[in-house]
Amino acid sequence: MTSTAATSPKNFFSDAGKKTSLLRLFRNHFLTGLCIAISLLTLVPLFSIIVLVIKNGLPLLSTNLFTQLPPAPGLDGGGFGNAIVGTLVMVGISLGFSVPLGILAAVFVNEYASVSWLASVVRFVAKLLTGIPSIICGVFAFAAVVMTTHKFSALAGGLALAILILPTILLTAEQALLGVPYAFREASFGVGATPFQTIWCIVLPEAMPAIMTGVMLAVARAAGETAPVLFTALFSQNWIKGIMEPTASLSVLIYNFASLPYAYHIKLAWSASLILVVLVTLSNILAQVIFAPKHH
Amino acid sequence: MACFLASVLTIVLLAFIIGEILVKAWPAMIKFGLGFITGIQWSPNRGVFGVLPVLIGTVASSFLALLLALPLGLAIAIFLSEDFFPAPVRQVIRFVVETLAAIPSVVYGLWGIFVVIPLVQQYGAVLAAKFGFIPFLAGPAYGNSLLTASLVLALMVLPTITAISRSSLVAVPYTLREGSYALGATRWETILSVIIPTAAPGIVASGILGFGRAMGETMAVAMLIGNSQRLSWSLLSPSNTLSALLANQFAEADGIQVSALMYAAALLVVLTLGVNIAGEAVLRHTQKATAGLR
Repeated sequence: MTSTAATSPKNFFSDAGKKTSLLRLFRNHFLTGLCIAISLLTLVPLFSIIVLVIKNGLPLLSTNLFTQLPPAPGLDGGGFGNAIVGTLVMVGISLGFSVPLGILAAVFVNEYASVSWLASVVRFVAKLLTGIPSIICGVFAFAAVVMTTHKFSALAGGLALAILILPTILLTAEQALLGVPYAFREASFGVGATPFQTIWCIVLPEAMPAIMTGVMLAVARAAGETAPVLFTALFSQNWIKGIMEPTASLSVLIYNFASLPYAYHIKLAWSASLILVVLVTLSNILAQVIFAPKHH
Repeated sequence: MACFLASVLTIVLLAFIIGEILVKAWPAMIKFGLGFITGIQWSPNRGVFGVLPVLIGTVASSFLALLLALPLGLAIAIFLSEDFFPAPVRQVIRFVVETLAAIPSVVYGLWGIFVVIPLVQQYGAVLAAKFGFIPFLAGPAYGNSLLTASLVLALMVLPTITAISRSSLVAVPYTLREGSYALGATRWETILSVIIPTAAPGIVASGILGFGRAMGETMAVAMLIGNSQRLSWSLLSPSNTLSALLANQFAEADGIQVSALMYAAALLVVLTLGVNIAGEAVLRHTQKATAGLR
């Protein structure tokens, strides 16, 4: 299909002479303008989102937001310190599961068994996992943790996020390992290093900046997600006491407060959005700026 | 050895996820069978569970989003792959589109509540008054509607569609473009009859993968679609999607309702995995085809 489309002349070539060149020129410029206009149009919603998040989020921004608990319905004042801590704790738990698992699996796929069927199955599964809706991670954690412990908990939320970010970490770590020149390994083997020593002392340190890029991207992804923690960690009005307790998070706070009929809670939701967007953007920038370009 | 275990664990994890959901869904599967899929009632307090309206809402909202996002995404992809503007300007637009992907779903939801819902309410009422005889635009017009959810979904899948379309446009060999110019074609004649047809499989794949993403999107949809299980033709009435149903009901569900929700989750997994595998297959085929052209 592709080759015929590319080689067979289309109608307009044959009747090109009949059309005035002016008309063709006009059509050309018209489509260019249209294409540029559409591309610029996408700026509008993005600016709308950013402007509104800043405009509605800034007025409440103070240290109280970080140190106080959410107010009772109908009351003013307070902040969402517990939600910030909860988000950080759950992202931490998810990294604790996914970073070792993802990096080890990537090392296996790329260093030990790059052409075996098992490696291609791992790659395929990781691809499939990236396509699984985030809420399914929550459903799984609900089935596996909440239904067995009979409790909503930060652990369940962290586990759901871990599944969400595992493919990101695995696939970026694999790309990072691929980026290490093969000569490095040959040189290492040449001076008598074992495969383990080669991987541990030569390949992994060399790939580390690029692996960290993947980890930071995963942090950005996990911090912003709501669906996996919505009915696994649930929400809490209080400070986190342990990882087996229901835990507040910024994203669930936004979801819960957005539909409340209290003006102050809605303002808090906007402020939480501002902090969440800043957190996610910072992790993304960190991923791209600080770690990546050192070696390439 | 640890590496071997880690990779086996990754594979087992996917099987475990699917297995765990199926096990928990089993009671509902036995009890409702395929009637679950064709049933139009969802009332937990009467123990009746049917997801047909929700299934239709899932497919309809994602399809509508795709209808909006595919032309936009393709236009941006062309903008990014042509040299209308110097590279730095294109880089800015590319950065903007990528930023759209980084904004959390729940923030889209919050923005949708305060920006898109009022807009849809206002103009939806006008549309319903003028074109209400068309079933798709029948009133009364609600702000929390299928249309609202689709508009925001379109924005959310735009980065996926743009990125994949762009890379398939860029992969078209430059010699084809030169050949077309040499025959006297203008830039847009070249784009429309040489470059887009050559990149078509990749563009189709971007649409399929965008569709898959839209079906799995949860929070923004749950906040905007109105969560109604009533069947309606109108884009202006509330609807529901599988993921929004899960988001809204899981925390308070117990007994057979949990099982019914697991059944719905299993359907969502089947739908999204099917769509994603199809998209990946088309994409892989494309990469092979364009590689052969070089």
